[in-house]
Amino acid sequence: MSNEANLHGHTEIVTTHEVHHDEHHVHHHKETFITKYIFSQDHKTIGKQFLITGIAWAVIGGLFSVLFRLQLGFPDQTFPILETFFGRYAKGGQIQPEFYYALITMHGTVLVFFVLTAGLSGTFANLLIPLQCGARDMASPFLNMLSYWFFFLASVVMVSSLFVSTGPASGGWTMYPPLSALGDANEGSRLGTDLWLVAMALFVVSSLLGGLNYISTILNMRTKGMSMTRLPLTIWALFFTAILGVLSFPVLLSGFILLLFDRNLGTSFYLSDIFISQTGQALANEGGSAILYQHLFWFLGHPEVYIIILPSMGIVSEVLAVNSRKPIFGYMAMVGSLFAITILAFLVWAHHMFVTGLNPFLGSIFVLLTLLIAVPSAIKVFNWLTTLWRGNIRLTPATLFSIGFVSLFISGGLTGVFLGNSTIDIHLHDTKFIVAHFHIVMGVASFFGMFAGVYHWFPKMFGRYLNNTLGFIHFWVTIIGAYLIFWPMHYEGLAGVPRRYLDLRGWHNFNHFGELNKMITVVSIIVFAVQLMFIFNFFYSIFKGRKVRHQNPWGATTLDWTTPIRPGHGNWTGEIPEVHRWAYDYGKDGREFIPQTEPIGKGESHH
Amino acid sequence: MQTFFIILILAFGFLITFQIAKASEYVAVLRGEEKARRQTNRINAFLLLAFLVIGLIGVYYCNERLKGKILGESASVQGEKIDTMLYITLAITGVVFFITQILLFWFAYKYQESDKRKAYYYPHNNKLEIIWTVIPAIALTALVGFGIYYWFKITGDAPENAMQVEVTGSQFKWEFRYPGRDGVFGKKYYKEISPEKSNPLGQIWDDPYNHDDAITTELHLVVNKPVKLIIGSKDVIHDVGLTAFRMKMDAVPGTPTTMWFTPKFTTKQMIEKTGDPDFVYELSCDQMCGKGHYGMRGVVIVETQEEYDRWIISQESQYSRAHPQPAAPKSQPADTTKVAAVNLKN
Repeated sequence: MSNEANLHGHTEIVTTHEVHHDEHHVHHHKETFITKYIFSQDHKTIGKQFLITGIAWAVIGGLFSVLFRLQLGFPDQTFPILETFFGRYAKGGQIQPEFYYALITMHGTVLVFFVLTAGLSGTFANLLIPLQCGARDMASPFLNMLSYWFFFLASVVMVSSLFVSTGPASGGWTMYPPLSALGDANEGSRLGTDLWLVAMALFVVSSLLGGLNYISTILNMRTKGMSMTRLPLTIWALFFTAILGVLSFPVLLSGFILLLFDRNLGTSFYLSDIFISQTGQALANEGGSAILYQHLFWFLGHPEVYIIILPSMGIVSEVLAVNSRKPIFGYMAMVGSLFAITILAFLVWAHHMFVTGLNPFLGSIFVLLTLLIAVPSAIKVFNWLTTLWRGNIRLTPATLFSIGFVSLFISGGLTGVFLGNSTIDIHLHDTKFIVAHFHIVMGVASFFGMFAGVYHWFPKMFGRYLNNTLGFIHFWVTIIGAYLIFWPMHYEGLAGVPRRYLDLRGWHNFNHFGELNKMITVVSIIVFAVQLMFIFNFFYSIFKGRKVRHQNPWGATTLDWTTPIRPGHGNWTGEIPEVHRWAYDYGKDGREFIPQTEPIGKGESHH
Repeated sequence: MQTFFIILILAFGFLITFQIAKASEYVAVLRGEEKARRQTNRINAFLLLAFLVIGLIGVYYCNERLKGKILGESASVQGEKIDTMLYITLAITGVVFFITQILLFWFAYKYQESDKRKAYYYPHNNKLEIIWTVIPAIALTALVGFGIYYWFKITGDAPENAMQVEVTGSQFKWEFRYPGRDGVFGKKYYKEISPEKSNPLGQIWDDPYNHDDAITTELHLVVNKPVKLIIGSKDVIHDVGLTAFRMKMDAVPGTPTTMWFTPKFTTKQMIEKTGDPDFVYELSCDQMCGKGHYGMRGVVIVETQEEYDRWIISQESQYSRAHPQPAAPKSQPADTTKVAAVNLKN
């Protein structure tokens, strides 16, 4: 811990130095390019590193989805250009099954973990926790830096797995054994899966280092007067996200380690009674349970979807309140529902396993607990609606994405009520219905939260604005596209079309959605192109965007906007400001907004 | 060449968009950011409202286009319960969907920024919050209640008179085993599996119950007679998906699972009902099982008892396939074991 003290001392020095130079982006003379931009311990820089790495991953993951959508939309056509790039994986310009399954596996892994976990909570937890709690940096800036570099290392290993000769992992992002354990049953389950597991183990380390840091910073390093109930909802959401991660990622890691043992050391945790027809061999393994893995996986897997959605909920709450010029409605209910979701997130994992032969009684308990989650979710939706009600809403790109988030969260949340009910799940399990459900509610909705956050805090990150017009186009194409892609997909699921089928032409009962699948593919290409436009906007605006000239451009109450326009390491030039009120005094007593730093006036009304 | 042109057009389109976006940014700076915001605010608020209206029309249109392609009547008695549950849930969630989406976009339109309005300071209202905690809780209690009731009906024990069929998945095909006249499946052990020796499921030939068990590539079921499937897998996890019957159960290596249902219509009746001369019940693998997953198809034929009896009698037992007899009279001992097996069972 002496190390930490040293680091902290260093931070203080930087800060005092900053006093004279805050507007000029000049840093402590000891900072080199490497310590400032690469091995930086400044939480803001680490946040940006997470964001930019996340963007790179999002392009890769999104591109994968475009490739497999080509196959789904046009199974009878050939694309010679694919053969040019992917060789035998796209023989004759057609995506081969092995390639297809590798694509969907990597698409899922990349988007769920590398983009929507690391890219989302990595970015905003790092950026916002110290800024909004009133801290100079994280509790341990060094561990925080390690957290990013473990993530980077995980990324390197994961990318390298794309280039091994037997192909990357292709057992689905859930990596169920025995498929993922047996190289003879599945090409991708050879070296590709070992690399996948190693990358994920590194990822878990990164996530734990980050999560512990977030929790300790929020609990211990809030500025004077910043009681927990005065925290903005972003911080509450990130706090619960970190707790979920810290408690559930280790379970996932244990599941992965057992899988590594089964793959390489001849153990039988998940394997039993297996005869592989490709080799004509019966394996020696007996007594293992393939279902055990699913329990371990979903014990993280389900909290994981909340790890993905909670930060977005926090961001959306904040953005909607700021831009409605109204306090968030029902602050305590919002915190309470986040808490309820966090608890319930741990108690519902087996609803992914209703048709695995799970004891029906156990199943019924999970139905009850799963549908209970709808209550706090409903509270949140109604509170967001009431926040908008009688507001004075500024429709910035961030606000639009927040409204889009609420819309998608409603749509996707309601289909969750179908799937959480085991009776209906018998029919809908593993069909396109579930694909549509989770893409809307945790995929696209979380992305909307992330976009809202990027548009809203871009001025804080880079001292410039994103281009608004491109932002509006980005929003409208994305929301229309998302609904066009995923809304009709529910119907395919209701018809029983299984997910992970790359060609439906061999099936009598599933083969009547050809036109629909074409439409979905075309729309998804357009939506992907517009995301590239957003990324262009992002990088262009870092250097050429309209400059921020006002310290508090959105008129927000929170502490992040009391820092200089381009804060240095240490964030505030003088003393850290003291907090006197909650984060949502908008439109109170006829005033536009009252910053958290302003003492309670005499005769001020109570909320 | 075509691809190249598409990329060119996209790039060009993007360039134009970007130039317009850049220009509008300059205009915004010149005219004053407040003023520019007011204008985009109006446009976006209108678009939000338009999105709501067109979106709702789209929901209706999508339903009109696709509703004929989905469920149809359930082909099993148990599936009716699933459909009922589906429609109950659809009704409740549908109401919530329309109310909340309409409010969301309407509020966003109605309360767009205006000089005339001041935001209303309204931090909380306990009464409201209790109302929208209690109402969803009641609705969900109803859904949980119905759901669990049906769930236990469907997953409860199969009736006594149910016929039994064993379903085994392997990459990438389905095999079905019928217990034969004795009604009992012989023992099996996975290490006995040997396709070369005509023993695809690893039956233990010493067990006389095995001698009349037949292995087929089609699943034949009797209409209106409950059937219990005993489901297993030889290699990785598969899933027996029977969409028309609304049934689904994983096939897990090493851990047998079961599922039962009662088919309502024969294949022939379904052909008449759907007006589709090629109609066939399909068994799909619904759990990712490797590169041939999307083609792991089985055919299910539902027929009358007489048709079924005629079919099952024509099926040769796997035992006699694995132990081919050179001359006809020598097949006698096999038959006696069958009789013995029946006796044993009785």
